Amino acid sequence: MMMANRVLFSKGAATLARSGILTSKGALSQALYYHTSLPRHKSAQPAVDPSSLKASFRERLDNERSKALLGGGQKRIDKQHTRGSLTARERIELLFDPGTFHELDQLKAHRCVDFGMDGESKQFPGDGIVTGHGLVNGKVVYAFSQDFTVLGGSLSETHAEKMVKVMEMAQRVGAPVIGLNDSGGARIQEGVMSLGGYADVFQANVDASGVIPQISVIMGPCAGGAVYSPAMTDFIFMVEQTSYMFVTGPEVVKTVTDEVITKEDLGGTGVHTSKSGVAHDKFPNDVAALRAMRRLLAFLPSSNDKTTLPYKPTDDPADRPVPAVARLVPDDPNTPYDMKDVIKEIVDDGEIFEIQPDMAKNIVTAFARMEGHTVGVIANNPISLAGCLDISASTKAARFVRFCDAFNIPLVTFVDVPGFLPGSNQEFGGIIRHGAKLLFAYSEANVPKVTVITRKAYGGAYDVMSSKHLRGDANYAWPGAELAVMGAKGAVEILYGGSGADIEAKSAEYADQFANPMECARRGFIDDVIEPEDTRKMLCNDLRVLRTKKMPDIIRKHSNIPL
Amino acid sequence: MWQRQVIRNSRSLQTRLAAKARCFSSTSSTLQQFDTPDGKPFRVMVANRGEIVQRIQRTCTQYPDLFETVVVHSTADAMAPFVAEASGSVKPVCIGPAAASQSYLNVDKILQTIEQTGSHMVHPGYGFLSENADFAKTITNAGVVWLGPPPHAVQEMGDKLRSKEVAVDAGVTVVPGYEGVLESVDQALEVVKDIGYPVLLKAAAGGGGKGMRICHNDQDLKEAYGMAKSEAKSFFSDDRLLIEKYIVNPHHIEFQVLCSRNPTTNEIDVVVFPERECSIQRRNQKVIEESPSVLLTEESRQKMVAQVRQLCKTVGYESAGTIEFLVEAPPGGEQSFYFLEMNTRLQVEHPISEAVCGVDLVKGMLWIGAGWGLPEEFHTNEPILPYKGHAIEARIYAEDPLRGFLPSTGPLRPYVEPVDTFKANPTAPEYTRMDSGVANGHVVTPFYDPMLSKTIYYAADRPTAVEGLATALDQYIIEGVQHNARLVNAVLRHPEFMAGNTPTSFLETHFPDGFQGVQLSLAKEEEMAVGVAMIESFKNELTMSKPGEPLMVQLGGMFGKAFKVTLGEETATVQYITKTPEEEENGAVRTVSLSQMGKEGATVDYQPRKYLAEVSLDNTPRFIQVVSKEATGELNVQMYGANMPVLIETEREYELSSHMHEPVKQDTTDIVPSPMPGTVMSYAVQEGDLVEDGQELCIVEAMKMQNIIRSHRKGVVEALLVKTGSSVAADEVIIKLVPETDDEEDDAPAKAA
Repeated sequence: MMMANRVLFSKGAATLARSGILTSKGALSQALYYHTSLPRHKSAQPAVDPSSLKASFRERLDNERSKALLGGGQKRIDKQHTRGSLTARERIELLFDPGTFHELDQLKAHRCVDFGMDGESKQFPGDGIVTGHGLVNGKVVYAFSQDFTVLGGSLSETHAEKMVKVMEMAQRVGAPVIGLNDSGGARIQEGVMSLGGYADVFQANVDASGVIPQISVIMGPCAGGAVYSPAMTDFIFMVEQTSYMFVTGPEVVKTVTDEVITKEDLGGTGVHTSKSGVAHDKFPNDVAALRAMRRLLAFLPSSNDKTTLPYKPTDDPADRPVPAVARLVPDDPNTPYDMKDVIKEIVDDGEIFEIQPDMAKNIVTAFARMEGHTVGVIANNPISLAGCLDISASTKAARFVRFCDAFNIPLVTFVDVPGFLPGSNQEFGGIIRHGAKLLFAYSEANVPKVTVITRKAYGGAYDVMSSKHLRGDANYAWPGAELAVMGAKGAVEILYGGSGADIEAKSAEYADQFANPMECARRGFIDDVIEPEDTRKMLCNDLRVLRTKKMPDIIRKHSNIPL
Repeated sequence: MWQRQVIRNSRSLQTRLAAKARCFSSTSSTLQQFDTPDGKPFRVMVANRGEIVQRIQRTCTQYPDLFETVVVHSTADAMAPFVAEASGSVKPVCIGPAAASQSYLNVDKILQTIEQTGSHMVHPGYGFLSENADFAKTITNAGVVWLGPPPHAVQEMGDKLRSKEVAVDAGVTVVPGYEGVLESVDQALEVVKDIGYPVLLKAAAGGGGKGMRICHNDQDLKEAYGMAKSEAKSFFSDDRLLIEKYIVNPHHIEFQVLCSRNPTTNEIDVVVFPERECSIQRRNQKVIEESPSVLLTEESRQKMVAQVRQLCKTVGYESAGTIEFLVEAPPGGEQSFYFLEMNTRLQVEHPISEAVCGVDLVKGMLWIGAGWGLPEEFHTNEPILPYKGHAIEARIYAEDPLRGFLPSTGPLRPYVEPVDTFKANPTAPEYTRMDSGVANGHVVTPFYDPMLSKTIYYAADRPTAVEGLATALDQYIIEGVQHNARLVNAVLRHPEFMAGNTPTSFLETHFPDGFQGVQLSLAKEEEMAVGVAMIESFKNELTMSKPGEPLMVQLGGMFGKAFKVTLGEETATVQYITKTPEEEENGAVRTVSLSQMGKEGATVDYQPRKYLAEVSLDNTPRFIQVVSKEATGELNVQMYGANMPVLIETEREYELSSHMHEPVKQDTTDIVPSPMPGTVMSYAVQEGDLVEDGQELCIVEAMKMQNIIRSHRKGVVEALLVKTGSSVAADEVIIKLVPETDDEEDDAPAKAA
């Protein structure tokens, strides 16, 4: 608490600025005087008495601090506000529990002297980034927040050092890192030093990967090399209208390919949440995005230490019957329904935090809770593409499965899949390679895996979706579920060739054998056929039992997932 | 043939009595003897779907030795509650695909199923085959009991034209009009010359507002004629149309009857119920019904009851039926009434009559059908069956009151009904009764009538009943489809409704631009703000505030109206944060008492799973629905029928939120979206046409209703995006418009050359 008071956090830079105390020209120029006039002391007067020296240092320190709090100055702060954004410090303020943020490296400054960087106007304590740790929902979280008001949030060697420091500290204590990105890119004046800084950050990202959750929130521009640090974190979120991400911007695109495209169309929130799959969700503004981060963090463990898995008490009974799910899923295998309705009926309090809701809607990935414990839900969603697995769905789900596995979050899978999406687009795009990612991820995952087949599981997709054969811990099917190589009619056409008069009868025969879960139950491919309304009770029970699940690690350097 | 059984003649009795054949107690007058086939219960097939099936089953299960239901359903209804909860010994029978014409209207299949299930009786419910005289005749001839009036009565009264003739013969006052079927639109125009506008065009075989159009001028009439005809054809397979004077600003008042032929006198015994006022209507379909009416003078009531009685006797009516009147009540003038039609079936709104009289109409129909005459509780020497209290019913539909009441389909989730207190104690002095055909997770399909439930409230007097129904609706959680519960809520709390000024034009008069959602007064908004703050602080999860710190509650989300709420132990203060000087006087700080509502220390009762919070404000319990939560922590809240996103922030968050920009809204000026899911039947324009504001563009058919889509502005049709006959989703763009180009200017140089 004392630390928090010392950095005057609770008042905020803008408030201080408005009070007039800290922005008077005198105070600023004095700060600069102390910063740049050490040599003059020598020639001027003999030794001063120590208490006056200490007092003047105190004054200089205070001035440095107040300068740090003001970032790029009031004018730029106002500009940031005008474009609908908050400043780096305001964002930090909204992310953390009030009064808990502990800033690091507030006084750290860049060391560049080239291209006018040694000028008075280019000196900014903190070097355009606020770093530190604090509490979110009462748990320790590390964060950095790039300050666009300081030299456009550009990344210098020292700026990067500050980022790396929090990432390393977060790993040491086992706490998540959140990066609030708002940077124009490399600090060109520093040349290759800046590039080196980026690479140091990348390395730190990779070192932390799978050890602590890493989350990036893109709250302004994020272009060129800067995109790759967020890209290596676990989740990327964006803010509508103010954020964009691309490797090369519209000007370069125009020069090289003659294509005219806006920033928004090239790398805005719409592109990355629904087309490229780079970002995991978007929010209307900074305030909303930061609130969402607090909510997401409540689902996540602090690190890959199993004991940090969160628990949120609930009065939602574990044995609550869910009769609605049987009504929500139509009998006709060709009638679509929204699997999210089914999920919300089953999980605690109907509450989910969806990851990539706008991307590959044929599969749902979401965090939820069962009996207060976080689970990762993966579910085919027949409302889009009949719930087929395609390239986008496979990569989306595979990454989610791997995140959950890395952080000991049990996997709950709901299956209603007619197979892989056919077509040359898919084959040329490498559905074999991408589909394999999901298969690989599920096979590799050794967290508790519970699975319910709601309506159908055809073909290879049956195998992929957390089947018993991939060491599923608990696999169930509802009584109406079909588990087969393919639909009855297609199967009969292959078995008996072309069309015949008795194709109907043969189809019925095939359907009788496979258009129900009996065959799988007899072979133990599913542990039981359960009534839909018992689904929550069964899953809660299994997850409770599986909390002590242990699987030996296979000795190897690492597996070789088909990337 | 039918053997005798003994049963206690009490509607509250639900336990199965030891009903031995020919066991007859002479000591108790409440025991009666009944004949059933072979001493086994009558099998009552309900040739219908949804809530009415469960309604009829409820009565049957009260007399398990006498009746059991046979349930039939289409494939689309396989998972519906009325099928899942079927209690008879015969399993529910699937009688065909979703389309009603192939299932619920498929007479052959139903006849076959009657045979196959050994059903002794058929209850047709309402709609579907309920007023199909041929069907009634066919099954009667097959020796099956038709639980409805004799086929001849169905035929005579079901045909609007014929019923008017019969009514005139019986001395009943009727609406002026043309006494016959219209041959052509020209004839219609001719008739209007006599009776004058406005006129009502309606299907001769119709009911329920289908195929009915009001016309104010020749153009209306020409346009409506074809549409009414084709609607009549598609809904009733009978395109005959009638025309009559349209009574302006009438009340719709009707009388429930239950008639039985007296075995000794062979006369028709007519039981007349107190009137029902069913004036709150949209698209000529009832939405709110109550009994008795506050409008009717004792004089009118007596006259009407006498005519009702006479009409029933003249027709030789048996079983349940309803005689509808239009009542004109000019201020200070004399009340006049006109016979409208007779519905030869059990009506949707029968529960309010049951409530005020404390009887079971379905039981009456079953008894009459079984040949046992009127049950004892219907015996009276009074002109009207004795009644007490006031009952009011709201029909809750899956439809969009913000878009002209177009049907809305989809899964209901979450869906939670108010608690039905009637089932536990049907004789309670005050209760909520839910006659519902759906449940959480039920999927509303486009194949059938979109009614979800009837929510009924019974109390000692009208104000209590109205308030009770409104409070019940506050607790009614319906998500997944658009619905009219909020509109009903707004009507119930409307001062004119409370005063009883409810002509059939009520909705058009008080919601002239359609329903735009409930607008709360500042005082109610303040209550909402405090209530939501209490829920939030009770959950204590989303905000970063500490106890005692003020919360900024923003109704409408981040860019809505802000209230500063400070919660204390026993009181809260609330202050509206005004944004303009004109508003400043509203910015006063108000103190709200949070004292307990009978439970010690409990001011909030909330479980997220139940989506409903009960909050005590100023010593009164209030219901607040918290239905969904966005990733950003924004709540979707409903109170007093008003529904909106609500964001709760700390003061600092609120201060910083002032820098945020409002999201950019999509420009819809150049597109014409489909207001509902349906089929594009035809286009009235072509690409390149110049259209005026309000001009007809195309017809979209949904649930057999043809809806004219009109242009919302002047422009040129750039593209017709949906093929004729193709289905469209709600909001799918049908037509693209472009601004009109000024051709004259472009042409000018050419002309000059």
